[in-house]
Amino acid sequence: MHEIVVLSGKGGTGKTSLVGALAALGENQVLCDADVDAADLHLLLSPHLKARHDFYAGRQACIRREQCVKCGECLDWCRFGAISDDFVVNPILCEGCGVCQALCPVSAVDFPENLCGEWFISETRFGPLVHARLGIAQENSGKLVTLVRREARQLAEANGLEWILTDGPPGIGCPVISSLGGASAVLIITEPTVSGRYDLERVASLADHFRMPSFVLVNKADLHWPMAKSIRKFCDVKGYLFMGYLPFTTTFTQAQVEGKTVVEIDADLLKSQLTKLAVKLRTAVRRLDPEG
Amino acid sequence: MIISVASGKGGTGKTTIATNLAVALGEPVTLLDCDVEEPNAHLFLKPTLYRRMDFFVEVPEIDLAKCAFCGKCQEICQFNAIGILPDTALTFPELCHSCGGCFLICPEGAVLSSQRLMGRVEIGARGPVHFVHGRLRVGEAMAPPLIRRVRQEETRDGLTIIDAPPGTSCPVVTALYGSDLVIMVTEPTPFGLNDLELAVGAGRALNLPMGLVINRCDMGDRRVHEFAARENLPILLEIPFDKNVAENYAWGKLLVEALPEWRGMMQSLFARIQQEFFAGGLGRNLETAG
Repeated sequence: MHEIVVLSGKGGTGKTSLVGALAALGENQVLCDADVDAADLHLLLSPHLKARHDFYAGRQACIRREQCVKCGECLDWCRFGAISDDFVVNPILCEGCGVCQALCPVSAVDFPENLCGEWFISETRFGPLVHARLGIAQENSGKLVTLVRREARQLAEANGLEWILTDGPPGIGCPVISSLGGASAVLIITEPTVSGRYDLERVASLADHFRMPSFVLVNKADLHWPMAKSIRKFCDVKGYLFMGYLPFTTTFTQAQVEGKTVVEIDADLLKSQLTKLAVKLRTAVRRLDPEG
Repeated sequence: MIISVASGKGGTGKTTIATNLAVALGEPVTLLDCDVEEPNAHLFLKPTLYRRMDFFVEVPEIDLAKCAFCGKCQEICQFNAIGILPDTALTFPELCHSCGGCFLICPEGAVLSSQRLMGRVEIGARGPVHFVHGRLRVGEAMAPPLIRRVRQEETRDGLTIIDAPPGTSCPVVTALYGSDLVIMVTEPTPFGLNDLELAVGAGRALNLPMGLVINRCDMGDRRVHEFAARENLPILLEIPFDKNVAENYAWGKLLVEALPEWRGMMQSLFARIQQEFFAGGLGRNLETAG
């Protein structure tokens, strides 16, 4: 089994549109949306929901008003400023560390598990999809990423499917780190801008840090060819496999509006470019990781 | 006064609005780049950075000579950052949230204060714009402590503009908490709308006033406009797609300098914000601060 995780560092470079296109061009696969706090892949795949599960992670303090003697100790202990002067815990600020609960002299603090979101298994026209929705302003996105990836892997194993295609989150922090472990390769999609390049360098060095091979694709390349070419040069120097360029085109937006992947509405140049890319990608991954 | 710039979806133009608005004002303002995972504002603002500080958080280290291996620290730690074995103790600093519970609970005084490097804070200026950003160390998972550190640089009396990270989870909440206004920069596409709905949900949970900037307003569909009307979110500015903008952005140019109409556009955005949210009061605050 091979898992390709699509990352970008910078947001808005085309991760989800690319994953949609690769999904449409692939088979024998499980799809996984690991951008759990702003998941969009379902908007292209119109999933048919098969199963829904609650996601519990971490805990949150809650002071029982009738038992609290207002001694003020917890206000001194809480390093997150989450307890108000009238002894109410602010759920937005509570880190779930449990210090107030463990040390309260009159045991007036409850510490229930947190419902942080939900996750789903769905069927799509390109294969099963594992996706999730983090609750509003919730924490533990890294744990939810780990969970959806584990479920995707189990689904692939149970059904003897060779590929997992994972739509990753932007950035380089906790959910991105959670999307890397055990993957076969990272496909980074960037854009020819100073910020696209800067963010590419950071996310690629994160992949290096975890000894994960990086492949790089420049989207919207014709917005700025000199920058696009300098990114290619950077990849050659760093040893990241360069996957090619995609053009700036409103077809991606049009596909989104129609709720389809770009290769379903464009039968011409873009589709042939993406088809070549899909073949190149799968060949490279198989060569790197023959056993899967 | 704190104005944050957020979006939900990445790549909609947060940094473009935050940097160009800060420069167009032409008066003292603090710009904080709180997207510490991928800070980009400095690439466009090009400030002179005059101060750099490593940023550490407090983590435990166990003094094995004093440790009685009672396991109380392991028990209080919700983040599995301490492991007590029969005759040794392990700490996992990368999992530690620096809550201080282990220091408080240890009966032997065996938990010592140690440090973990989270990243770097850099302070600079460009003309009247005072600039601060954080760069999370590559490989570090936790952004919120560094975001909180960057936010300590807010100005009390004047105007602070915060460039927030994408998404809707803890880094965004940490960046937006307590803002006087959030400018949600979005685009009229299904992805833009879906992520905007989530971000507005987070804004409502934090009880924050919000307004929209619709970027590339002539691409996609009208559903973001319908959402804005339904949710009573004022549309503060609409910016059509322009290849010139994209090219100047690609080079790292500030649009208020490259394209003359942008200065006026940003100034009218600010005027609209004052009129819509602060009834003219923000300008007076700025004058007294200056």
